[in-house]
Order: sequence, then structure tokens, then C-alpha cells
Amino acid sequence: MKTPRRKVRSSARREEIPAVAAAHLPTEAELHRIAERVLKLSDADETEVDISVNADALTRFANNAIHQNVADLSLTVSVRTVFGGRTARATTNKTDEESLRRVVASSGTLARSQPKDPNLLPMPGRQKYAKVARFDAATAGATPADRARAVEHVAKLAAIRGQTAAGIFTTGASASLLANSSGLVAAYRQTRAEFSVTILEDDSSGWAKSNSPALANVDPQELAERASNKAILSRRPRELEPGPWTVILEPAAVLDLVGFLFYDFAGTAVHDKRSCFTGRLGKKLMGDNITLWDDAFHPLQHGTPYDGEGMPRQRVLLVERGVPQNLVYSRATAKKMKAKPTGHGFSLPNEWGEAPFNLVFDGGSDSVEEMVGSTERGILVTRLWYIREVDPYEKVLTGMTRDGTFLVEGGSIVAGARNFRFNQSVLEMLRNVAALSPSVRSTGEESFEMVVPAMKVHGFRFSEVTKF
Amino acid sequence: MLDVATTAIETAKLRGASYADARVMDIRSRELSTKNGQVGSLSESESLGIGIRVLVRGAWGFAATDRLTREGIQACAAEAVAIAKASGLAKRADVEMVPEPAHVDTWQNPFVKDPFRISIESQLALLLAADREMSRVKGVTIAETSMLFRRIDQLFVSSIGSVIHQVKMQSGAGIVATSFAGTEIQKRSYPNSFGGQHQLAGYELVESLDLVGNAQRVAEEAVALHKAAQSPEGTKTIILESSQLGLQIHESVGHPIELDRVLGMEANFAGMSFLTLDKLGKLRYGSDIVNVVADARLEHGPGLGTFGYDDEGVPAQCTDVIKAGLFTGYLSNRETAPAIGLKRSGGTMRTESWNRLPMIRMTNISLLPGTWTFDDLIADTDDAILMETNRSWSIDDRRYQFQFSTEIGWEIKGGKKTRMLKNPSYSGITTEFWNSCDAICSREHWTLWGTPNCGKGQPMQTMGTGHGASPARFRNIKIGAAFSKA
Repeated sequence: MKTPRRKVRSSARREEIPAVAAAHLPTEAELHRIAERVLKLSDADETEVDISVNADALTRFANNAIHQNVADLSLTVSVRTVFGGRTARATTNKTDEESLRRVVASSGTLARSQPKDPNLLPMPGRQKYAKVARFDAATAGATPADRARAVEHVAKLAAIRGQTAAGIFTTGASASLLANSSGLVAAYRQTRAEFSVTILEDDSSGWAKSNSPALANVDPQELAERASNKAILSRRPRELEPGPWTVILEPAAVLDLVGFLFYDFAGTAVHDKRSCFTGRLGKKLMGDNITLWDDAFHPLQHGTPYDGEGMPRQRVLLVERGVPQNLVYSRATAKKMKAKPTGHGFSLPNEWGEAPFNLVFDGGSDSVEEMVGSTERGILVTRLWYIREVDPYEKVLTGMTRDGTFLVEGGSIVAGARNFRFNQSVLEMLRNVAALSPSVRSTGEESFEMVVPAMKVHGFRFSEVTKF
Repeated sequence: MLDVATTAIETAKLRGASYADARVMDIRSRELSTKNGQVGSLSESESLGIGIRVLVRGAWGFAATDRLTREGIQACAAEAVAIAKASGLAKRADVEMVPEPAHVDTWQNPFVKDPFRISIESQLALLLAADREMSRVKGVTIAETSMLFRRIDQLFVSSIGSVIHQVKMQSGAGIVATSFAGTEIQKRSYPNSFGGQHQLAGYELVESLDLVGNAQRVAEEAVALHKAAQSPEGTKTIILESSQLGLQIHESVGHPIELDRVLGMEANFAGMSFLTLDKLGKLRYGSDIVNVVADARLEHGPGLGTFGYDDEGVPAQCTDVIKAGLFTGYLSNRETAPAIGLKRSGGTMRTESWNRLPMIRMTNISLLPGTWTFDDLIADTDDAILMETNRSWSIDDRRYQFQFSTEIGWEIKGGKKTRMLKNPSYSGITTEFWNSCDAICSREHWTLWGTPNCGKGQPMQTMGTGHGASPARFRNIKIGAAFSKA
């Protein structure tokens, strides 16, 4: 009898506050009830259930008007069973009794259809997790009208300046619960707000983006002003010669490059010999000014304090003064490599093992303005685009600059520059860092969010120039 | 499904929508993979839900839910209308769409063997056999195999009276051998990199690939690459095999012809296009022998871009994109078609899932076959590099300047394929590249490749696209920049 009452209440609540993430998110108790039903339905040796709910809304604008405006609500119940040392996963987005029964059975059928896995470990029992607070009620309560009004202000700013704005404003909330038959229970919820804007002129563009668990930390007007000013500054871009340049990479550009290193810190990647750190741990690969952590608990980070198996995340020193020191490990990889699990494993079963997703760079003390001021001739880069790996061991990446590329001469920005293609080893780049700004939470398009500084880098390899 | 969709449309209309459409989609998938003789991942998933798109006072709203009770659907439709009303707060003009008649139809792609009825044991046995063949080769450090199957059962209903039921079955599989030695990681994939070959087909596709029969060769080539000569730097003739050419078409033809991109709708993320509207019917995109179509019809082949109707209820069509080298057509939808003077949509609206808004996507963007046999093409080539299987790809946000590298290269000297080359790469400007094409192989060498992972949109959607191509030759191409030490 409880379920129908809850549905009616939920529907009425939506009528009062339509299109708001907070109205859709189930309580932790509701997630627990689903998990308990799954665990009861299973006759496997061991069972794990991972429930995830996302309520996201995204307002998209271009040509100074909203052209797409969406919201979606989705719930998944993912079940992993173990039968005689064999494991597999099945997932559904239905929570009725028959669907839960079917997903449990499907997981079991898959598990029993394969050879025994000699490396499969018993599921972990109950764990203790450090607290993180990343749920903001105001963000969960943001409405389509809130986002639309902010977009309209940005569109007006662009129109007044004779510019064109395009971008997104998204808000949302998610909740998850991981439980297994050995008594482990881990729950997490968080909110998310993100604004990204590109301001276009006939021959130039500028870009700015920010995200945070709290909407109050995202300022669309300030971001639009910044993007607009970049578009103005980069008018009539000059075609400059490719070759090695001193570059000043804003945090988003740094993030998109160094993000390609993340999987190289996986124990599995080194074990498989596909990491650029294979045979190089403990060796000096980067400059003295490069120290890198994985730290899910950093105040500017987000994400769960536990991994795909429910193991508590550890703070790991990955690189210390240019020397890669440590890797991250799932439970199985740790056993294989005689190390301790660090709480970075992916959901099982998988062939990739683990990875750090909460990268935090130690920053420096120079501002971007000071880096520009100290540069005789160089390129200031706002953002990068379409980055792909060319050489996995030397970690050579290719990609383009985009939406705000500037020529710096005599300590000042003197002109916009046509966009460059680069072919650059990230390891070499991190050996050639001349200055760092304080680290900030940054977000780009090619990698996940992290806490990174802006960097001034010598000898950055631009190989070609495009036509705009 | 019909009750659910009809409830959505009725609710939207009652709440003020001048137009509404709904997609109920039931998606089932199965993924299997192995690594070094062990099962890597083994999973199945199912996802059922509805996406409701509404037009209210000339502005769009979209909402999606997996709560398919009557009240869940009504709340979702009401939410879509509320969102559309909010869109009106930042509107410059009312959305208008070209007409489309109502269609009531069912469509299913043909396939022989339902991959979900093939036992997991036999699918794993095939992958593990291929894995074993690769692992046997000395010097291979990682042997990996994978299969992916999807069944999409979808119902489209719109307020103009369309009711379209479609079932699409997709299959794909591939293998890859990786070898680490010294300071180099080399790899070879079959039949294509990044997941292999994928088509709108049943398990018969997997059986036709002969993964086991190709495993040893692939592994030996991965190891041999370490001792191969470095591909040179400079300007040279290149011959691209068909899978690499398929990706070249995807990046330098398929994306720039998306009309939403041209009109600035993707400016913040995927970017814009050099193909501004003034270039239609005027730009010399390629040489006279270059003919490209966007063809979603079944007669084009079982591509990942093949369907009966797009996700806006428009029947599959074939559009000439490049005809005898001249740029002749964009990918359009009902909203953008008027911008290029079309009275009807080109039928390219596609969505990843029930919870995503349809947008203009590639269908099957294919280079039509030429006249050459592959042997004749090699014999006719004095000095070139044959490049096979994509390794990296990148192109600027207006689709002008690109750079690709491939897993392996072969030197062509005096009309013969000679030694193996490692780390080949090439780069250029889109229109210059396609204008340098002077030979395309014939239909017997033509393959309709599947790209299962094309990303576009915010929130990001992953879509499968098809690209037919046969090997082709390009003159005076810049090579080697990716691995230049200069």
C-alpha cells in the first residue's frame, strides 16, 4: 500500500514544481528498499546491486536564443552475481518485481556461462567512508525558468556587443547506492551546475566554462563577459608560423592535456605494459614543479568517496616533484601486483582495472597576467579541441587550439592568432613548465574536471595552422 | 507502447503544445570482451523509457522518463510543456518546420541470426579462440577481443498522426593485439580499430569476419612493427584502405554537412563548419571522381545509419552530398530544411536513446565506388604509402585541418607493395585533400563500415554511423607531421 501513496504524492509534487531535479530524486530509504529486494531475490553465492538515479536538465542556446531545452530522469539497477568463481553483470531501468527478478536471473545466467575466473576475489564487507558534502538543495531546485532567464541575460550581452552567444546551462542531481550480500552499503548523492559559453564574431571567438556542485558558484554573466572579451581581443587573427613556441595554457587547456595521463596511473595499465610509466616509476620524467595527487576529498573535487566495488578511496601521491611515485589499484590488481587497494577500481567485471578520477595538481604563485607579462614572444591558449593520442608511450598528443588563441609579444597580448595543430608529448611538456598559477577547479571538453593550474610552457610543438 | 505514446501526445496537446512527438524505446544490449585469455567484461542491459518533444508558442521543450505509468507519462509531458514555455523566455523567432505527411508503418532490418539467441558460451568460445591465437605470438603483450550487440525496439508517435514501429538489430566484433618493446607500444586491430566492424545485422556478421583466422596475422604484424622502418616525413602520394577512408569521410565530409552545425547550433561544443550556405552548389569539394551520398535506405546496405524512418518520422532518403566533385547537399531536418530552400526534411534526425533529444546525425555517408581494381591501383603507383587501420584522428572545429595516423603502412615502390612502415600519418585541409583524389577502387573492394561511437550534442549522445568506401589514392599529401622530431 505504501507504493501507490508515494507515487501520488510524487506526481502532485511535480505538478507544483515542474521540471526540477529535486522533485524526482528518490530518498536513500527508497534506494535501500530496491537493494534489499534484489538481494532477497538472488540465490547466487554473492550478489552486488548498484542503483543509480540521475535527474538532469540542460538548456542549450545558440544564435542568442534557446534552441534545445531538455530534462530527463533515469534510474538503473545493476546486479552482479557470483556463482562458483564466475561473475557477470545485468542492468535494467525497471523496478517492478518481475523486472528485478529477471535482471537477477539474467546476471546469473551470464555468470554461469563462462569459465571460472581464478583472480576473482570475494566481495568486500562493510566499509567506513569519509564524509563528503556535495549536495546543494538550491541547485537541485533550479527551474527551467531560472536557466532561461540567465541565458536571456547572456544573449542580450552578446547582442548589445554585436556578438553571437552559444552554450549550455545545466543543473541536476544524482543519487546512488551500492550494496552487496557481504554487508557492504555505500550511498552518495550530489548536485551539479554547469555553464559553458562561446561568444562568436565574424572572424573570432571566445569561450569560458565553469561547473560546481553548487549553482551559486557558477556565474553565467561573468563567464559570458570573459568569453565576449576574448572574442573582441582575437579579432582579425594573424597566421603565425608553426614550430616550437612558448605557450601560456589556461587551466582548461592544461586539464584537457594532462587528463590523457589518468589511465597511465592505473596498476593494470602498468601490468599490461600499456602505460607510459611502464618501467619508469621512480624516474624523473617531469619538472621539479610538478606534483600530482588523486584526492577525492579535496574541497574543489567531486564524486563518490568509494570505488566501483565500494572500497573507500584513498588520497594517493601520484607524482612528487616530477617523479611518478605511486599507482592506483583495485582489489584484484593490488593482489596481482602485491600492493594495497587504493579505492579506485571500476565496477566488476571489467578488463581495465582502475583509474584516478580526482586529479589535483599542486599549483604555483604566478597569475596568467604575470605569465603573459614575463613572455617576450608566445601564444596564450584558452582551450583545446579534439585531442587524440598519437604515441602512447611517449604520450604524444595531437589536437587543435580553439576559441581564444592569442599572440603575446613584449609581455602583452597583441593580436589574435589563427588556430594551431599541436603534436606534443605531455611528459616533455611537464618537463618544460616555467611557471604555474594557483590551482583551480577547471572544466574542459576533452577530459574530466580536475584541480589544475595555468602553465607557462617552453618549446610547445605546434605543427600546422588552420584557416581561421 | 502505443498507449504510452498516445497518452504523452494527448497530454502535451491538452497543455498547449502545437506539435508533439514521442519515442518509446526498448533497448537491449549485450557486451562481451576478453583480455589475455580471460573474460574481461560480460554484461547485458535493458532500458525502456519515453522521450517527449513538444513545441509550445514556437519554442521547443523535451522531457524523458522511465516511469511509464499513466501518471508518470502525464507528468513527463507536462514537464516538457513547462520547459518549452521557459524556452520562450529566450526566443528570437518561432520554430517552423517543413511539412511531412503522417506515416503509419512498421520496419525492421533483415538479419539471419538473432545474436541474443546465440549462447554466451559459444560467443565467448569464439572470442577466447581468437584471443588464444594472438597470445600465442611471441612479443604480444595484450590480446583483446570484443563483441557488442544491440536491439532497439522503438515506437514513434506524433501529433500529426504518425505511428511508426521500428526494430533495429546491430552487431559488432573485433580483435586487437598490442605489443610493447623498448620504448614503443604498437598495435594491430581487425577488422577495424576501436571495436572492429559494426553493422545493422545479426550474428551472421560476426561469423563472416573470421576473427580466429585473422588473429595470428594481426598479432604478428603488431610485433613486426617494432622492427619496421619509420614512415617518412614530407609530401607524398598515399593510398588509404577502406576503413581509414571511412573515418576520413566521417570527419571531413559527414560532420561538415550537418546543417545544425552550419547554422551555429553546435558552436559551443562540436563546433561549426567551413561549409557555409553560400557554398552549396558552388564549392568544388573534390575531384571529378568524388561522389558522396548520405543514404539511409536499406538498399544502400546494412549500415549503422540505415533505418526506415528517422526519429522525426521522416522516411529514409538518399541525398547527393558531393556529385562529380561538386558540393550538392547537407544533412537536414524539418526545422533546418527551409534554410537551404528545401520543402522537405532530408530525414536525418536520430537519437541515441529514449532520454535524448533527436538531432541531425550522419546516416550512411559513403564514397561511391570508382573503377579501379586494387591490384591495378598498386601497379599504377610508382611511389606511395599505403595506410591501413586508424590509430588516431583529429580535426579542427570547422572541419578544415585534419591529421590522421594509422596502425600500419606499406611502402609502394614501382607498382609493388614492398616493406612495412611504422607510425604512418598524414594531414591536410579538407577540400585540398578531396581534390587530390585521382583513383577510387571498384564496388568489389567497397565495404560499408560502421562507426559505433560518434559523439555529438549536449548532453553528449553516441550514435552509430555508416561509411561505405573502397581504397583510394591521393596525390601530394603532407605526411609524417604527427611523429616529426623537428
